[in-house]
Parts: sequence; C-alpha cells; structure tokens
Amino acid sequence: MRLPAGGRIDRDRPLHFTFDGRAYTGYAGDTLASALLAAGVSIFGRSFKYHRPRGLLAAGAEEPNALVEIDRGPGRREPNQRATMVPLEAGLVARSQNRWPSLRLDVGALAGLAAPLLPAGFYYKTFLGPRRDSWHRLWEPLIRRMAGLGRAPDAPDPDRYGNRFAHCETLVVGGGPAGIVAALTAAESGGRVILCDEQEELGGSLLATPEVMIDGQPCWESLAAAVAELRANPQVRVLTRTTAFHYGLQNFVALAQVLDRADGLRERLWQVRAGRVLLATGAIERPIPFPGNDRPGVMLAGAARSYCARWGVLPGQRAVLLAAHDSGYAAAFALADAGAAAGAGAVVPVILDLRAAPPEALVAAAAARGITVLAGHGVVETIGAGRISGLRAAPLRPDGTPDRGRATAMACDLLLMAGGWTPNVQLFSQSRGRLRWDAAADAFLPGGSPEAQASLGACNGTTELGAVLQEAAAAGRGEAQAAAAPAVPTALPIRAIAAGAVAARKAFVDFQNDVTTADLALAVREGFRSIEHVKRYTTTGMATDQGKTSGMMSLAVTAAVLGRDLPEVGLTSFRPPYTPTSFGTLAGRHRGAVFDPGRTAPMHDWAVEQGALLEPVGQWLRARAFPRGAEDLQAAVARECLAVRQAVGILDASTLGKIEVVGPDAAEFLERCYANAWHGLAPGRCRYGLLLREDGFLLDDGVVARLAPDRFHVTTTTGGAARVLHLLEDYRQTEFPELQVWLTSTTEHWGVAALQGPRARRVLAPLVEDLDLAALPHMGVAECRVAGFPARLFRVSFSGELGFEVNVPANRMPALWQALWQAGAPQGLTAYGTEAMHVLRAEKGFIIIGQETDGTVTPDDVGLGWAIGRKKRDFIGKRGLARAGMAAPDRRQLVGLAPADGRRPEEGAQLLAGARRAEGHVTSAYDSACLGRPFALGLLAGGRARHGETVFATRRDGPPQPLTVGSPVAWDPAGERLDG
Amino acid sequence: MLLIACPWCGDRPELEFRHAGEAHVTRPADPAAVSDAAWTGFLYERQNPRGLYRERWRHLHGCGRFFNAVRHTLTDRFLGSYPPGGEPPA
Ligand SMILES: [Zn+2]
Repeated sequence: MRLPAGGRIDRDRPLHFTFDGRAYTGYAGDTLASALLAAGVSIFGRSFKYHRPRGLLAAGAEEPNALVEIDRGPGRREPNQRATMVPLEAGLVARSQNRWPSLRLDVGALAGLAAPLLPAGFYYKTFLGPRRDSWHRLWEPLIRRMAGLGRAPDAPDPDRYGNRFAHCETLVVGGGPAGIVAALTAAESGGRVILCDEQEELGGSLLATPEVMIDGQPCWESLAAAVAELRANPQVRVLTRTTAFHYGLQNFVALAQVLDRADGLRERLWQVRAGRVLLATGAIERPIPFPGNDRPGVMLAGAARSYCARWGVLPGQRAVLLAAHDSGYAAAFALADAGAAAGAGAVVPVILDLRAAPPEALVAAAAARGITVLAGHGVVETIGAGRISGLRAAPLRPDGTPDRGRATAMACDLLLMAGGWTPNVQLFSQSRGRLRWDAAADAFLPGGSPEAQASLGACNGTTELGAVLQEAAAAGRGEAQAAAAPAVPTALPIRAIAAGAVAARKAFVDFQNDVTTADLALAVREGFRSIEHVKRYTTTGMATDQGKTSGMMSLAVTAAVLGRDLPEVGLTSFRPPYTPTSFGTLAGRHRGAVFDPGRTAPMHDWAVEQGALLEPVGQWLRARAFPRGAEDLQAAVARECLAVRQAVGILDASTLGKIEVVGPDAAEFLERCYANAWHGLAPGRCRYGLLLREDGFLLDDGVVARLAPDRFHVTTTTGGAARVLHLLEDYRQTEFPELQVWLTSTTEHWGVAALQGPRARRVLAPLVEDLDLAALPHMGVAECRVAGFPARLFRVSFSGELGFEVNVPANRMPALWQALWQAGAPQGLTAYGTEAMHVLRAEKGFIIIGQETDGTVTPDDVGLGWAIGRKKRDFIGKRGLARAGMAAPDRRQLVGLAPADGRRPEEGAQLLAGARRAEGHVTSAYDSACLGRPFALGLLAGGRARHGETVFATRRDGPPQPLTVGSPVAWDPAGERLDG
Repeated sequence: MLLIACPWCGDRPELEFRHAGEAHVTRPADPAAVSDAAWTGFLYERQNPRGLYRERWRHLHGCGRFFNAVRHTLTDRFLGSYPPGGEPPA
C-alpha cells in the first residue's frame, strides 16, 4: 500500500501505465517495481525452471526475480528488464515473462510437473529414453517451452546509441555517501572527476534511511546540498542511470548510460580512461535459505526499507523479520514506525532471530515498539497460495536446523530476510584485483590491485557511516587509506546460516536460476568439488544475476556440504558485464551500412545503374557480372568472356592495391623484399612480382612498374594491400633502416580501367596523347594523357589477350570510363565483372593468391619458379625455400583438370588417384564458354609429371568424378594473342 | 583496452596499434649461412614467457612506426617502450 506521505516521489505527477494489459497508476519518481508494489501486485514473474511464482526480492540492480518485458513498440521490445531499474514513465507498457498461459495460472507449475525433470545439472544429464530420438522429439521442445527467460525482440531497433571517449583524473563508481564524498574531495584537490551511478538519483543507501543524521542534519538535506555542489562544479561530470559494467586494463572502464531521450538517443557507451578509480559500489544484502523462501512477499529487509522510505510504499501490513544480522532491525523499525505513523497498526509484530542472543539494545528497542523478538528461531516453511499468508517458525536445534516438532504458525503478508551483507566487489575483481577473505567482516574484501584504485565504504567492508565518510574523504584527496576499523561481529556467519539450511527442502539460493540448497548438495554428492564446477553444473549465478544475491550463499552451502571452510572452497571469478548491457550500446553507431564499412570502386554507381550483380571481395564491393535482360549469372559470364576473347571488354580494376615505392634505394629495397630481380628492370617496364614470407611460401603477387630509376608503382592483390604494406614497412623500418626509401599507399588515389581483348588498342588509341601506343610493348608502362587526363598507362594482361590498364586520378575515373565507353561502342566494348575475370585468368592458368595458394604453396608449386631471381644473394623467403622438402618432386603442383564427363568439378574437392587417398584438391573450377567445356585448376602431388593421367575428384552429389590431368594453360598455350 | 606508449606519440589506446610479435628476433645477416635448425628457430621459436615479455607494436593508426615494449604477460603492465634497435628498460 502507498503511505499517505513521504518518499521521494512527486505525488502531483501521476503516471499511467500497464502491466500484463492491466492499467495502473504510479508517480514520477517511482520505478516500475515500486509502483506495482504500491498497487498491491505481488507476483512479478515465473521462475526459470520450476515456474514458481516470484515477487520482488530486492529494490535495486541485484533483483533476480522481477524480470519483465518493456514494450515501446516495434523494435523497441526489451526482455529481461529488472522492474526495480525501470523508472516509471507515462504510457509504459510492461509484461511479465516466462508464464504460460498467464502469470496467475501457469501450466508448468501444476503438480510440480517440471521439478523432477530439472535437477541440478539438467543441462548435462542426457535424456536418453524412451526412444533414440527422444531428446530432439520430446525432451528438448518440452524443456525449451518450460525453461528460459524472455523473448528476444524480432524487429530492428529504430533507436540510436551513442559512444563517447572520456578521460579524467578520478572516476568514482557509485553515488552513495562514499562516492559523493570521494567525488567532492577529489574535485577540491583538482582534476577532472566523473561520478557515475546506476540509479536515477544519487544517494545510494541514504535514499533508504531519511532518519539518519549527518553532522546534526537529516541526511537527505546533506545529500541535496552535496549533489548541488557536485552539479555546480564544472570539473565534475555526474552520470546517473549509468552503470560501470566493465573494468579493463590500466583503468579503462566502460559505462553504459541510459538516456531514453525524446530524439531517439536511447543509450550511450562511455569509454573512460581514468588516472585513478575509486570504487564505492556498496554492498548487497544476502537472502537466507529456508523452505519456501522464494514465495512472493519474502523480501530482503533492506529492500523493504527502501520501498518504504524512498517510494512511500509499505510492502506489507503484517511483516515478520527473519534476522541473522543487526541491520534487519533498523529495517523492521523503519517499517513499524512508518506503519504506526500511517495508522496501519502493528506492522511488524514479530522478529525471528537466528542468533541465540541478539544484542540486548536491539531487543529492547523492539520491545519499545511492541515487537516480540524470538531469539534462536528459524522458519520451517512459508504458507500461501501465491503470496505469503503465513509461516511456521520453530526454535533452532544446536546444529542450526529448526525443530519442526515445536513449530508455531503465525500469519504474515511480508517476510523480511536480513542475512547480512556482501560487499560488492565485482568491478574490483574484474580489474584483476585480488580478493581476501576477512573473517571479521564474514566476506571477501578487496586486497591488492595492479591498478591505481581504491575501494571505499561498504564495498570495502566499512559499514559505519562516520567511518565511511572519513574513508571516502581521504581517498578523494588521494591519501593512503587507514586500515578499516575492525568490524564488530553483529551477525551470524554465513557458513552457519548455510549449515542450518543444507537439509531444507525448496530452500532457494539462486532465485533467478532456481537453484536450491538441495541442488548444491546433490552436485557435491555427484562429485563436484571446485566451486567453478558446482556453479556451472547447477547454473548458479548465471544469467543477469551473476552471483549478486546468490554467490556467497551458494559458496557457503557448498562449503558446508563439503565440510570445509568457506575461503578454502574459493570464489568464482567475476567477469564483465556487471549487469546486462544491450547490444545497441555496445554497437553504437556501428550498425547497418557502417557495421563493417564497405569500400566501393569509382565505377560502383555506374555498375549499379547497369544492373550489375555485386559481390564482396575483402572489404570491397565489386561488380561480379553485368547480366542483360533475362540473363542469369552463367549466361552473363559466358557472354562477357566471349566479348573479351573476340572483341574487347572493360573492367573496373581500381580495387587493386597500389604502393608507390620511392627513393634512391627503391630498387634495392624491392630487391631485398620481392623474390624477383629488380635492378635490371628498365624505367618504362613492368615485371610480375612475387612476395614471399620468410618461410618461402607465397604471400602476394602483382605487377610492379618502374617509372623512373627511383620510383616504382607496385600493385598488390585487392585483399592483400594492407598486409603487403605492413610487411614492407616492417622491413623498411626495422631490417633495412639504412635504405633511403619511402612507401605510400596509393590504392585509392588511382582509378584503373582495364581494357582487355583483341580490339583494346583500337578503343584506346584515339584517346591517348603524348605516347605512341603501338610502340608500347607488352609489360610496358608510360605516363601520358588519356581522354585528356594525366594517366599511367600499363600494357598488361590478366586474360591472355591484348590488354591495357589505364590509371587516372580516381576522381577522373568516371569521365575516363565514359570516354572509353563511347569510343568502344563501335568495337563491341563490353563491361565485365570479377567472375569473367576469374574465368579468363584461369583459362590462362594464372593463379589467384588465396585461391590457388593457401599459405603452404611455393612459387615453384604453381609454376612460377621462373620469376625468382636465382642469382640474388637474399630476399624474403629465399632461405625458407632452401629448407628440406621445399623442392621435393612430390609436392603438390598446379595442374589443369579436364572433366571426362562434362560436369564442372566442385572447388575444394579432394583429388584421388589409384590408392584412393587424397593427393591434392581442386582450387578453381568454371564453365568455359571459350573452351566449350567446364575445366578446373588444382594442386596435385607431383602433378607436373602426371599430365595425361586420370584422377578423381570427390563430389557431394555422387561418386568421384574422373578428370584428365594436363597443363594449367588451357587457352592459347603459345601466348600468341597478347598482341591482339 | 591497453594504454600503450608510442615512443614518438605518447600514450594511446590499444585500438590505434597492431601487435607485431616478439621483439629482438634477429634476422640472420646471411641467411644462407645458417643451418636449417637455426632458420627454423628464427621462423617459429618464440619465448612466450609467463612474465616480462619484449614485444613489438606498430602505431598503425598513428605515426605508423614500429617499436618495442616490455609487458608483463600476467598483469599486462608495461614497463616501457623504446625504438627499434634500442635497449629495453632495465
Ligand atoms: Zn606513434
């Protein structure tokens, strides 16, 4: 029920929203959780495995049960949102999850149908019977229907997500009392400060404790003053609704900020590099395991205190506190006092304390409020249809288990658990900080860290507010931390709580993943000893919980079952993200067209206009073919190939990698890097260059032109340009620093139009100035003008026909292309794409790096041994080629493969010979319009000596297919067509 | 994300860099003179230490230069970086 006054909500601003289709009203300042709680909603969802009804356990980011779907329309449906972290807004549409057909009536929960199917390790236990295919046909669909969290959205997200990099001297994570004071003092000492908090409002634990005084002032007044001071300081950036979810190396911290801005900016990723990080991440209250502790209406004591103070919601009207820690009393008193003030009567009639002797002062304070304290008592079971309506309590036996025989029933609609506090060390642990077990604090606390950082306040085991503020102020000033005052043991150790619950039935440890003390005990009985294994086997601490509420208790229960001390059992490691982070935030602007930005060549738009089929080649998007009318790819490629062989074709070859190698030592540099000899190459001439790795295998190839004694135009494969430049730069900088040579990437500077075919010269000649085209020899290069533009004109052929490659500045390419297109029309000039280019080169036996080669192929293997400068003393890969085995006669060598049955072989097919063992593979296979048959290239053991032999290529669609081995050069073996 | 000190540009985020393998792997001055075993060592054998590691980086999206750095492989702490051919920090 909503209290008549109090809380930090704005009662003048009611907000209407729906949950599972029903209309509700809350107030500005509410969360979805507080508004529904105020409206009397107690069931928020069904549990993961057993479909048990679940209510609110917590009030913050650690909430494991109340996962809901928020629906803002198509593409904006988000599953698994914690209702405690969703600020209420007008028109909010929320739905419960994992219920079928409805939240109140759930088929899966009927008669415990699910429970026997899903014990600990249900993921791993095989479902063998009754039939062989039972898993696929019966069990998997059933489990999939029953177990699981929310539905993934099914439409593209229409919102925007931002990204910012930020630097600061001090990053403070957590805006509670420790974080605020640390940020204020850090700002006073100078430097930029970023303070982030996952909540909508700064204040942390103070938001739940308005009765606490700081320096004689109610703490909410101190808080308001401090927040105003922070916001007024230009050196301080305050980020609320911002979760530090990843703590990486060298104080790199990633923050996810929720904006929900009207302009569509939903969230923003902050990548912060901080001089130092101050962690003020607080502590999370521990639930207590006992039978039926997951029933709606069973809640953490601190959460109930938050709902009461911060949102003015009394979460129950007859509450019982089960305490193992002093802090529960303050929560019970706060509820009792609020209830009394609102005339709700005795809201908290009973406190059950697991301890035999609770502190006398607390017992007296309880008595003063008319609260009965039953020391040494526990809960035998909870009662209720859905929400809790009562419980049975019993005195504890010496072993900590309740004595059922002496149980008494009591009515209640709220049961508070005060199991003590777990310092929130997740981010500290992510930073590779070492955790140490502190027996006095009964917790793992931050130990040494490789980073410039400090933990303050509750996350450091410092719990008393005065000590917290001192510690925070010192840390903010950058002073070495004084050792925390020894904690006064005010609680039953978690190991003892666990020991009393090991034998209990349906005593939940992990509410989100439906793991009970019995599941953990079963895992240990089945032989799991390491906490990492127990965790995975039982799925404890998975999903959004990540051990926040379950981690310590699952460890304590495992330790109790193993009969070992808790620190001996160890702690599972914490990994990012701290809380679930949306893909949108991680992706930012990198989606759609800029997810992996593509590169397009200068004639891309023209190709698209012509109806080209496109294909990705490395990062590039290239025209694969230009179908006309109803042509399919095969028909288009056949027509384009014939056009090149019979008339002339034009290809946008601009994607070829290009590197300008310049300097007095340019030739010497290439001499030391490429396998070929370069000093003898005359200016105006080109050479087909091979680049190897030091191990002797082919890395790249391409035509290298010498434009001047000190200037080379090096081309690389389309996909290899960056790799080649990186390798050449490495040698230039680190192996040959004495050489005077410079490398510049010019890939995107030059547009390249390749004209190939017997009529290429006729098309080109009328457009060329400053050059006698007829005198330009094969493998010649010249600087001239083409269509009026300054050009580098290469006479080269990748098709076996007369060929030219015209390089002009890329922005001149469309104009050049148009000029060639017009001049070529009378000659039958045909645009062709990469597919025809591949067929044409394969007909000539020209290799493609990465297709005929795979990192284990030498130049000689593919018939390119002739290109190597044998007389050279050294080049990259020369020594590698001299290794044993690199010249063995049975190495796999490039061959042509002619199918005897007229079918095109499959690329990648294994080549078999008599012994039916693989002796190679098919590297390329095409239908050839020029040859009038399909053909293939392949690598075959000792292949050059096996021309005429029949081998077999495996096929996926039938038995192996016979192929006749021959020369890889199927078209114009004598090379008579190069002159047109 | 690591923070890496380029000797010429200073501290920059890791995404500006490309790792370039172990440092001080010296290419033999006369490869033809070394044995197959020695050449195999040059090609393939690396220290891969648990501890201090001298490695190469290239400030690819910055000045483009290669340099050496000493990093602890357990903590990822850098002890320093230095130009090629230089001496590592003590
Ligand atoms: Zn640099």
